[in-house]
Amino acid sequence: MRFLIKRIALMIPTLIGITIISFAVMKMAPGDPTSLMTDLNPNMNEEAVKRIRAHYGLDQPWHVQYIKWLGNMVALDFGKSFAADNRPVLDKISERIPITILINILSLILIFSVSIPIGVFSAVKQDSLFDRVSSLIVFIGFAVPTFWLALLLMILFGVKLDWLPISGFRSLNYSYLTPLGQILDISKHLVLPIFVSAFGGLAGMSRYMRSNMLEVIRQDYITTARAKGLDERTVIFKHALRNALLPLITILGLSVPGLIGGSVIFETIFAIPGMGQLFYQSVMMRDYPTIMGILVIGAALTLFGNLLADLLYSWADPRIRVSD
Amino acid sequence: MRINKNLFVIIMIILGFLAGCNDKSAQTENPVKGHETKEPTPVPAAESKPAYGDMIIIGSIGDASVLLPVLASDSASGDINGLIYNGLVRYDRDINLIGELAEKWEISEDKLTIRFFLKKDVKWHDGKPFTSKDVEYTYKVYVDPKTPTAYSTDFLRVKEFRVLDDYTLEVVYEKPYAPALGSWGQGMLPRHLLEGVDITESPLKRNPVGTGPYRFKDWTTGEKIILDSFHDYFDGRPYIDRVMTRIIPDLATMFLELKALSLDQMGLTPLQYVRQTDTKWFKDNFNKYKYLGFGYSYLGYNLQDWKFRDQRVRQALTTAINRESIVQGVLLGLGTVTDTPYKPDSFWYNQNVTKFPYDPEKAKEMLAEAGWKDTDGDGILDKDGKPFEFTIITNHGNDIRKNAATIIQRDLKKVGVEVKIRVIEWAAFLKNFINKRNFEACLLGWGIGVDPNQIDIWNSKKTGENELNFVNFQNPEVDRLLDLGASTYDKEERKKYYDRFQEIIAEEQPYTFLFVQYSLPTINSRFHGIEPAPIGIGYNFVKWYVPKALQKYTIQP
Repeated sequence: MRFLIKRIALMIPTLIGITIISFAVMKMAPGDPTSLMTDLNPNMNEEAVKRIRAHYGLDQPWHVQYIKWLGNMVALDFGKSFAADNRPVLDKISERIPITILINILSLILIFSVSIPIGVFSAVKQDSLFDRVSSLIVFIGFAVPTFWLALLLMILFGVKLDWLPISGFRSLNYSYLTPLGQILDISKHLVLPIFVSAFGGLAGMSRYMRSNMLEVIRQDYITTARAKGLDERTVIFKHALRNALLPLITILGLSVPGLIGGSVIFETIFAIPGMGQLFYQSVMMRDYPTIMGILVIGAALTLFGNLLADLLYSWADPRIRVSD
Repeated sequence: MRINKNLFVIIMIILGFLAGCNDKSAQTENPVKGHETKEPTPVPAAESKPAYGDMIIIGSIGDASVLLPVLASDSASGDINGLIYNGLVRYDRDINLIGELAEKWEISEDKLTIRFFLKKDVKWHDGKPFTSKDVEYTYKVYVDPKTPTAYSTDFLRVKEFRVLDDYTLEVVYEKPYAPALGSWGQGMLPRHLLEGVDITESPLKRNPVGTGPYRFKDWTTGEKIILDSFHDYFDGRPYIDRVMTRIIPDLATMFLELKALSLDQMGLTPLQYVRQTDTKWFKDNFNKYKYLGFGYSYLGYNLQDWKFRDQRVRQALTTAINRESIVQGVLLGLGTVTDTPYKPDSFWYNQNVTKFPYDPEKAKEMLAEAGWKDTDGDGILDKDGKPFEFTIITNHGNDIRKNAATIIQRDLKKVGVEVKIRVIEWAAFLKNFINKRNFEACLLGWGIGVDPNQIDIWNSKKTGENELNFVNFQNPEVDRLLDLGASTYDKEERKKYYDRFQEIIAEEQPYTFLFVQYSLPTINSRFHGIEPAPIGIGYNFVKWYVPKALQKYTIQP
């Protein structure tokens, strides 16, 4: 328990450090939120530019802006976006987070449930036909550009066969559907996006699983288990697999911040209004409060993910349990 | 769509990064000129009677940001606002100013006072009457120092604003200013809903109320915006019941949606127009249109750079660049070469300016005359021991510009000029290069406004940091002509000033004017009543209709 409190207390200075660096880097990038509106615009005179800059508080030095931002942040006030809509950052993030998390979780589940068996069987039957074919397929998935694959699938399933919708994540008549119909509608829309996003992730995870498994299989205790006369199934699934799964905890921990991140290319091609687009647009428009809002949430989740991984380890692996 | 109101006031919009996207965008609402347009498929008269109903689904690559015209400066918001709001005046199909919310107007003898007489039967979407108090409020919001708007400049010229009665008002200017009238095309705001509220905090930003033909229904961020027809619209109920704008950021995806018939209208890329829509199926289901857009691309020379100071050098470079091959290669022929900063098919364009057609041999002679010769035999011209090398910079995210620069590089290589190309992210491009005058040549574009005023780009005093004459063009006669043009209301007289201005610009070649692109909208063929005109197709959007038999959607209120 004391360990937990210490870890959490240590997270606060780390978080502040991250925000200072992010803020400084962001400010160093040329241009500011008013550029898009004012630069190369014949209707802007000096006076109007000053007015707009003052409106956003950009006329103050950056450390003043940072401290002001931090003060609000402590009270969990993320501020208002500098984009023309001027909406609270929290609103902008929260309307995009559900769909992003849904897609990421589903795709993570798909990746794990496909790549773990692939990895295990490839390791157990090393250099077999299955090993070679599955490696080939996962590497193709890794190498194929997302946008190309997505477009091909859209043409096939959306235009030619007309089985699945092409883009978006719900139909135009969504609000007139029954609850069950709505779930079905969203599922139909998500088939392609989740398949495409998971396909690219298979390679990493299955190769990782394969090498873990290979390493474990060569351990003495596996030989011991076999020597005991246990059948191969028990050896692999009870003794080897459980140990080979341990390092996945780290990966799981590291994917926690990824849950709110989205890929710009992927969201753009499927016209899904998720976090990736929001972050990209915010960076392009130098929308400081929104950028910082997303970064802070991302940083907090990273730290939380690490903590979670540590805790899971000590639960799963008695060897590294911290003694009180 | 109707014409984007902001364009009335904006003299030139930036064809910068944002517009770089717009070049290929789905928004066909730009005021554009009919040019070789394809007539809609004729339908037997009985079937093609105008009828109310149906919905049009329009593809847009970007979401709107804010639905109050005073705060919005992006074209996606402008397009939606154009349907929700009206101005006092607007441009008709032939780019003449006509009254919209104003019945008529009178300009005083001294050209300083404009008196507007408002239409009396105009209602806001919530049923309240529109009066001159609303105009007064709108004016006050634009000039309020607390309003972060990009459109205050024209309104700040107003010396006095007088409300005479509910339907009459007067605005007085310090000095005669011809573009002023057009600036009253800016969307009028409802005083009864906004007065006393901080405009940046108003709920109307996402739930607007206007006087226009369509009223706001629903907006799902990043997905779609729905507008329904306003039955009490002063100009009559629009035929199409619902306008849905779907946000699809990728043009390839958008095109697939169009082919799956889940979109009715989008702007095509030149490639899609030429290569991917030439099938019988597509022609049966869609009509394609083609107009010259309101914007041009140019290669601007930094006139403070010693290499470009000599007018003969700039003329020679223009002669060396095969602009026709840029139009063919980059735009697949869907553009036209231009020689002045006006739209080649517009009233203001001057055909009789000095032209420098492609002729590499002549270009070499012209450069030799200016002292550029290849003395050391390395294939690159030199003068005073320095080789003729320079870098063209352009912004990231606009492939048309990047490719045009590559062709220019090849052409100039042929006459012995070595060109490098640098593509830079938009904000950095402006802050570190254009605004600091830290460039030799730049490839950029300007929007062409409906008003010919171009003081901000060519006046010799507009050369400060952040100002638009960044090539540092200096010519006292041009300064005088532009001032005269801006203070003259008479169209014919104005044209004389701008004609002479174009002659000077074409002679001095501070820019090599490259091309004007076509806008390439395509619309499902069930929509009738689309009549291409010099201003484009959007001007009569409220008169578009789908004959009863062809209607596809039934609108549930």
